[in-house]
Amino acid sequence: MLKTFPKGGVHPDDCKLTAKSPIFVATLPDKVYIMLNQSAGAPAVPIVKKGDKVKTGQLIAKGEAFISSNVHSPVTGTIDKIDPILDATGYKHQAIIINVEGEDTWEEGIDITNNLIKEIKATPQEIIEKIKNAGIVGLGGAAFPTHVKLTIPQGKVAEYLLINGAECEPYLTCDHRLMLEKPEEILVGTSIIMKALGVHRAFIGIENNKLDAIELLTKLAKDYNGIEVVTLKKKYPQGAEKQLIKAITGREVPSGKLPIEVGCVVQNVGTAKAIYDAVQKNMPLIERVVTVTGPNVSKPSNFLSRIGIPLKHLIELAGGLPEDTAKLISGGPMMGKTLSNTDIPLTKAMGGILLFPYNFSKRLDPYPCIRCGRCVHACPMGLEPFYLEKLVIKERWEDAEKHWIIDCMECGSCQYICPAKRPLLDYIRLGKNKVSAIIRSRKN
Amino acid sequence: MDKKFIISGSPHIYAKDNVQRIMLDVVIALIPATLGAFYFFGLGAVRVFFVSVVTCLIFEYLIQKFLLKQKPTINDLSAIVTGMLLAFNVPSNLPTWVVIIGSLIAIGIGKMVFGGLGQNLFNPALVARVFLLISFPVYMTSWPKPIASAGQLSDVVTGPTPLGILKESGSISAASQTGELPSYVDMMLGNMGGSMGEVSAILLLIGAIYLLYRKVITLHIPLSYILTVIIFTGIFWLIDPTKYADPLFHLLTGGLILGAFFMATDMVTSPTSYRGQIIFGIGCGVLTALIRLFGAYPEGVSFSILIMNAFVPLIDRISYKHFGEVKA
Repeated sequence: MLKTFPKGGVHPDDCKLTAKSPIFVATLPDKVYIMLNQSAGAPAVPIVKKGDKVKTGQLIAKGEAFISSNVHSPVTGTIDKIDPILDATGYKHQAIIINVEGEDTWEEGIDITNNLIKEIKATPQEIIEKIKNAGIVGLGGAAFPTHVKLTIPQGKVAEYLLINGAECEPYLTCDHRLMLEKPEEILVGTSIIMKALGVHRAFIGIENNKLDAIELLTKLAKDYNGIEVVTLKKKYPQGAEKQLIKAITGREVPSGKLPIEVGCVVQNVGTAKAIYDAVQKNMPLIERVVTVTGPNVSKPSNFLSRIGIPLKHLIELAGGLPEDTAKLISGGPMMGKTLSNTDIPLTKAMGGILLFPYNFSKRLDPYPCIRCGRCVHACPMGLEPFYLEKLVIKERWEDAEKHWIIDCMECGSCQYICPAKRPLLDYIRLGKNKVSAIIRSRKN
Repeated sequence: MDKKFIISGSPHIYAKDNVQRIMLDVVIALIPATLGAFYFFGLGAVRVFFVSVVTCLIFEYLIQKFLLKQKPTINDLSAIVTGMLLAFNVPSNLPTWVVIIGSLIAIGIGKMVFGGLGQNLFNPALVARVFLLISFPVYMTSWPKPIASAGQLSDVVTGPTPLGILKESGSISAASQTGELPSYVDMMLGNMGGSMGEVSAILLLIGAIYLLYRKVITLHIPLSYILTVIIFTGIFWLIDPTKYADPLFHLLTGGLILGAFFMATDMVTSPTSYRGQIIFGIGCGVLTALIRLFGAYPEGVSFSILIMNAFVPLIDRISYKHFGEVKA
């Protein structure tokens, strides 16, 4: 029996159109737009000004708050201006806009060769420091600053490192391709994180719809101490932290706690590769793999793209915006966020750009809930989405809190499966916001 | 910004199944037993069946349109399911006007007063059946003899149900001596007296297998229900096999299979969690066995399911386990 998480989950169609498309290096446009809020937490503070010349990989904004991250120039050029622009949140936020000027001139100290460096010279403290300097954030989508996540709180001990290669979202293939094309880098990156955390065992969890990646990494992992590849049965949301931990180790993270509570740290495969680059090559995080896809996209592709490239440039490279596009989604179809326009630049958090035609985007009219219970059986957190929906409609916030509304991770399984096509997650999100506000006000 | 996109919350894809499809599956699953009822009880069954289905649709449409002033939703097929199940739960010689009253009670009192589809606490078809049983006990307990009645519209040969014979006789040995009990094979096929849809175990099970295959129902409720009845009646049978009937008799007679697979599993009126469904099934089983063995009525499936329907909100609140509910 293949491992998976026991409770809930759904099986949407794979639609991995780009699983066989090699990663293609995206060309540079004339201008790039580097958001200062690349990670969760406080935005970075710019240390350059209008008219400054910058090299590729040069630090241009510092993450000064505890939860924040550094931002580097992904191109060589001149700072055009620092201005608020519309971003993925739907609001305007500060961005550094750079005019791209010719070929890359790299910041000193960065190793841009393809030589694989297996030997890890850095000490654990140096590793965390280098990760922090390189501005690395979780590339799975949450964009939490990695150096913060790797700093184990007092009194806790990390036992296992879990590398997330589940990529359970339909359509997305950026992690899959990375595992096929940069397997050694991911494995060395994994060893680096193990050293930083002081753990002796790491598991790379991959779903069984990526057998080629499983085979390749299993073969190569034999040369690395303590790294094991675990084949997981395909089920959404396997890539959610708590579900991945349950699937691989059988441990259940208590409600409201972090994975470290059960001795686990989870990192995405893309993050492991970025950590390799940062520690072995002094390469800051200035590019990532992003899947540009959709049912009507003429050339769905996986791009290695510099951060800050406007999405319309990437969509052009993928064959242009299909005529009937009605939804532009950052991320996968289950958890992705809709974006308002294609001028929004790529950020570190974006693993997929999904273009949905109108017939995919229109919501069907909701029917009354017939209590079929499919949402209950689909919820990986063991919640009752149909009941939470009713509580939110009735504004019974205290009851919603008692029924663990805060534990909802918004995976969307309930709304996906609902035969009455009810907007369950819309209501639950609203309830979560209200209940979180109530909890915060209680603390003050 | 040349093009405007739709902004909405995730998820952006949906599973194919919808409410109509689920209802259609139930209708399809009821077809074998419907044809069986037509075969065993003939024209009378055809009459009751179509009167029930059509009047349920009409009442739902009229109540929604003129009383509640909302958009009629008869195209969700739920009224057809209610109509079919109501027909299944009455004798095939029931006068047409009683069937129409049944439909009005099922749709009006069973469903619409609660707010329509999905809101009702009790199974609408069973509400109507119990209403008719209490209001028109004579009509509701004169059971046409199968096959013999097939050619007749209303003037039919009637006789008691196996459970009725058992209750009347007081003990299984006395019931056997009447010579009126059908064989187990006849019980299995449906060649016995009873409500028109409940008699054929085999045809009902064919429909049940379809519903299981389509994942419209799971085995949690039917299995826990039936096993409870088997264990409960089995214990008494072992204590005194001359007085109490064996579990197979209880399984094949009355409305147990119809109730367990098609009535107790009604999504709207059963618990949502698997644990809750097992609790619900056991409750139905205990009540059914109690009523059959010690109650005033020979049959207890309808009452048991209705009583357990009332406990569903309570069962829902105590029966699910939440992820991360471990000691921190």
